[in-house]
Amino acid sequence: MLSSPFITRPLTVDRIMLRVLYALLPGITLYVWYFGPAILLSIALAVTAALATEALMLKLRDRPVRPFLADYSALLTGVLIALSIPPLAPWWLPVVGTAFAIAVAKHLYGGLGSNPFNPAMIGYAVLIISFPQEMTQWLSPQGVGQHMLSLGDQLRYVFSGVLPVGMQLDALTMSTPLDTMKTQLHLGMPMSDIRDLPIYGRLAGKGSEMVAAGFALGGIYLLIARIIPWQLPLAFLGTLFALSGVFNLINPAHYAPPLFHWFSGAAMIGAFFILTDPITSPTTAKGRIAFGIGAGLLTFLIRAYGGFPDGVAFATILMNMCVPLIDAWTQPRIFGKKKGSER
Amino acid sequence: MTRLHSFHGGIHPLTHKKESTQSPIMSAPLPAQLIVPFRQHAGEAAKPVVQVGEYVLKGQLIGEPVGMISSSVHAPTSGTITAIEMQQIAHPSALPDLCATLVPDGKDEWGVRQPLSYRQLSSDELQKHLRRCGIVGLGGAAFPSDMKLSHPVVVNTLVINGAECEPYITCDDMLMRERAEGIVRGIEILRHALGTDSVLIGIEDNKPQAIAAMQRAVDDSSHPFKVVAVPTLYPGGSAKHLIKVLTGVEVPSGKLPTDVGVQCYNVATAYTVHRAVEHGEPLVSRIVTVTGNVEQPRNYEALIGTPFSELVALSVPKADTNRYIMGGPMMGVELPAVNVPLVKASNCVIAASDALFPPPPAPMPCIRCTRCAQVCPVELQPQELYWFAQSHNFGKAQEYDLFDCIECGACAYVCPSNIPLVQYYRYAKSEIRARDLEKRAADLARERHEFRQFRIEREKQEKAERLAQKERAAAEAKAATAATVVATQVDPTADADDTQQMRIDAALARAKEQAAAAMPKNTEALTPEQRAEIEAIEARRAHIHELAADAGADDEPPKHSQGN
Repeated sequence: MLSSPFITRPLTVDRIMLRVLYALLPGITLYVWYFGPAILLSIALAVTAALATEALMLKLRDRPVRPFLADYSALLTGVLIALSIPPLAPWWLPVVGTAFAIAVAKHLYGGLGSNPFNPAMIGYAVLIISFPQEMTQWLSPQGVGQHMLSLGDQLRYVFSGVLPVGMQLDALTMSTPLDTMKTQLHLGMPMSDIRDLPIYGRLAGKGSEMVAAGFALGGIYLLIARIIPWQLPLAFLGTLFALSGVFNLINPAHYAPPLFHWFSGAAMIGAFFILTDPITSPTTAKGRIAFGIGAGLLTFLIRAYGGFPDGVAFATILMNMCVPLIDAWTQPRIFGKKKGSER
Repeated sequence: MTRLHSFHGGIHPLTHKKESTQSPIMSAPLPAQLIVPFRQHAGEAAKPVVQVGEYVLKGQLIGEPVGMISSSVHAPTSGTITAIEMQQIAHPSALPDLCATLVPDGKDEWGVRQPLSYRQLSSDELQKHLRRCGIVGLGGAAFPSDMKLSHPVVVNTLVINGAECEPYITCDDMLMRERAEGIVRGIEILRHALGTDSVLIGIEDNKPQAIAAMQRAVDDSSHPFKVVAVPTLYPGGSAKHLIKVLTGVEVPSGKLPTDVGVQCYNVATAYTVHRAVEHGEPLVSRIVTVTGNVEQPRNYEALIGTPFSELVALSVPKADTNRYIMGGPMMGVELPAVNVPLVKASNCVIAASDALFPPPPAPMPCIRCTRCAQVCPVELQPQELYWFAQSHNFGKAQEYDLFDCIECGACAYVCPSNIPLVQYYRYAKSEIRARDLEKRAADLARERHEFRQFRIEREKQEKAERLAQKERAAAEAKAATAATVVATQVDPTADADDTQQMRIDAALARAKEQAAAAMPKNTEALTPEQRAEIEAIEARRAHIHELAADAGADDEPPKHSQGN
């Protein structure tokens, strides 16, 4: 016998995940436009690895495979990992990263809904720590590198590591705008000169700033569709903007301006697609603001002073750890209970 | 215009109210038999006051209230009581309860009805009258209405609940459309009894005809009541939420509306109050919606005790109907069988099929998306409560205000993972209640055990004391006897009459002996045997002293070494 309520009209998990995937499309399209189709190959590899690992883990854990594969959550993890690693990376890089994310960061913690850490960011962190060399081969955007690889050439390179005759890897790749800035600042080059380097565009890295804008666009759709809460991206981007703004005002020669931070690295995709993962972020409005502020602060600190060029992944993981505490400390008052009473 | 307030959350399920409001309320025909449960209200079940075989008139008392929170039960029509026995009722547990079976004689003949003039009634008298007439809240909880008048607190605002927020249910809507005048008269009686001035009648704005009818009736009555259209938002008909919307006052958790000067009655309750006072009619019938998977959804005025099967048959259920729900689709309960009787709290019965209410897909894990928290009208964190309930962390669940949950089902309605959240909360609540009972029982058992231990100990002590006393007395008696023998040479064969004297002498001797013990011993008066005995005792004492001294000497060194 069933019990009430007898009617439901939910936006099911699969539809939520599907909308998040749709929201990634503008960013991916711009990625392809500026950096060539290599990213699609990475996505295909990561997604295949994600689904295969998910199916295997479900089987091992004796869970029904079909409904969980159909919720698109593994697929989304795969896409996010592919988007955070260099498209020209050898084929096993997205595969290993995704497999680790799904098997360890997700299923060993209990599967969908039980993982304390964002699986995609764990996958990324494992890769950048274990394979730093392979993680730096970022493609140059159109018009910056000397050559563009065709999809066939990319396929061959990703699987065999062989480039077309006469091409040098250095001519195709570059370090990321954030990485370059860090290195050059370290070498004593002033900010204004760095920004004149050919890899930089109007706001941040040439091409990558547009990809970030594409992710922001998708993020705004998610906000309007009420798929993600507004507190997380707002608190995160606001904190990043405020902190970088203050430091940039004090010492513009040494600190990048706020918009550079916004449109560089994983800031936008992080704000709208990573931090907003409901499973690994707080559930209360106040908690989400605290979480966003913490992640913004840590991202800025890692970018400005840390050992890695970008800090979104580590900021996310560090803040993920605080979620149970944040939730416990920010429980809202309920109907009929005045502020400060009882709790 | 009344300024409206809002509450957090809420949902907009499809209302499905149009289906059953197309035709007027119809009087349901007399069924072949009525089954009248003695427990139709919150509180104690009524006590049967009729015998099997007894002929009763319509409105005759068949069950009288027991205790404070209880109500009366009446014969819904004239006829013969053929059984008073346990029968299945409209409860999801399918557990039987005590019911009277009444076979109508078809005359529907009223017993004595006693109309009253409410203006001459004190609140106290009205309260008694409502209790006598079996008036209970018809909004769903069936709380005895008289109890709501017994609060000695000041009520500033009377809120009349005509929100009817649950989908499918239209009995209040139709009642307001067709019998607004009676409702307004009932409201006036309640207002008079409570001594309030301000009356707010809240009706959701998806019932324009009901609002118009009520407004007309209020205008005609020239009472200063306010008919207020409130936004349609489930669960806006929850008393505390309607009060918030109409007055802006939030009834504190665990408190009653009267604690903030508000009292709330359902429109149908107000109508029955009017019938009870101005017509002297006890509550023997009500309006009930029959809708869902039926050919002719509509409202019926049916006698309490009418089997649902009879009502459903009038509306002709469609072929694929496979179950029935009493109440609305959000908070209703599935009927254990369709032949269970209509009770005072039954506002609606929905014929259901798998097409109408598809069984939900298998639940997926919670992804903490907090859509449940966004719609929770009590501002709870349903995802946390679910987690605690699932992991049997009941203490935490209570800490997160589980018992403030009104089980409205909004959370489960929006859950992307199809988790039957309300079921988890019900489970946790019942577990906690059961554990509380167990704990109380265990506490009682422990107290009993401790008291038993204490008693045994005390008895032992008393016994030991008694024994010691006896021994002492025996020894003294012996000594005294010996002393008297020496002192007075009493003939041991002296007859019983002398016993008293002997006792007195013995007591005197004892006193003398005690005095002697305090003084240097007079050994001259002792017999040789006594002397020998005394010597032996002295020797033993000396020996004990020696032993004690030795032991003491042995003990001393370690004591010192331990000391510093």
